[in-house]
Amino acid sequence: MESNDILIMVMPNESGKVELELESIVIQQFGDVIEQVILDKVKEMNVEGITIKAQDKGALDYTIGARVETAIKRAM
Amino acid sequence: MQKLRRSMLFMPGNNPGMLQDAAILGADSIILDLEDAVSLSEKDSARILVREAIKTIDYSQVEVVVRVNPLDTDYGALDVEVIARVKPDTLMIPKANEQEIKLVDQMLNQIEIEEGYVPGSIKLIALIETALGLENVYNVIQASKRVVGVLLGAEDLTSDLGIERTKEGQEIFYARNKVANACRALKVDSIDTPFTDTFDCEGLAKDTTKAKSLGLTGKSAINPRQIEIIHSVFAPTEAELKHALRVLDAMEEAKKEGKGVCSLDGKMIDAPIINRANCTVDQCIRLGLISGEDGAR
Repeated sequence: MESNDILIMVMPNESGKVELELESIVIQQFGDVIEQVILDKVKEMNVEGITIKAQDKGALDYTIGARVETAIKRAM
Repeated sequence: MQKLRRSMLFMPGNNPGMLQDAAILGADSIILDLEDAVSLSEKDSARILVREAIKTIDYSQVEVVVRVNPLDTDYGALDVEVIARVKPDTLMIPKANEQEIKLVDQMLNQIEIEEGYVPGSIKLIALIETALGLENVYNVIQASKRVVGVLLGAEDLTSDLGIERTKEGQEIFYARNKVANACRALKVDSIDTPFTDTFDCEGLAKDTTKAKSLGLTGKSAINPRQIEIIHSVFAPTEAELKHALRVLDAMEEAKKEGKGVCSLDGKMIDAPIINRANCTVDQCIRLGLISGEDGAR
């Protein structure tokens, strides 16, 4: 994976909640923002009961949203 | 004023870093590529990423062109459907023929109504890269009023012809002439095929000069380092500008004196020379080399 990108893996869970595990090279500076962008996209797509693993290499918001959308659509 | 398309830079559609930088690389147009630069397994992710990039990134004065997949694949129609809704300036249609241009035109008509966009505002560039497409280029351009240019794709064309693609480009002499002439006849831009050796600057300059001399109006690029060279070839020289201004001055003088024709440096000035001078001055104004007032005659 190149810089400016983010790898998203999604899987169903039994809790019915959205669970997120984030690794990022900028977690100290932007961890909260990245998490929020991911959660916003999940909410926008009306998905629940999902575990998300994200490995970020400095992606901007538009890339994060696009990658989350792709991963969820592929999983559906 | 019509946009310049001296250079059109291909950018892979699934690379966020490149999509972010595309606007600042100096090209007149950027082509966000969903076709050859994207593997089959990533067509969906590239389509979504390009859609989000267009929605988010300020590409400013740079023309945003998206090369969709061919309409006869599983991806082409979906590319048009998804990308057109975020209103790129232009879609590039690969292996273009009349039927596909008409089909995309109809799809865009519907999308523009649904989204409230100005009818006809999304333009098309036809990518001519088959022997059939080349022979039919005039009709391909006429297939829709949205078509603002043609890009000659020499790699696929020579593959279709079963001939070798060389650096010298003798094998595409006919194709360049055919595209340049059809585009000039119908007043749309003609964009030359990319020069694929990105380290050979001298070769690029020669190849671009050759394309310009045959009447092509711009050239595509596959690396940002090619842009400056392409622009330098397509910019009118100072001598060309000076001569054009003198031609227009002489014509004005003749008009004042009530003469139908005039001469400059012993040579008669007729309509084609005046037309060429006007084109040169117009291009210099668009490039910002002179002001509109300087060019007004």
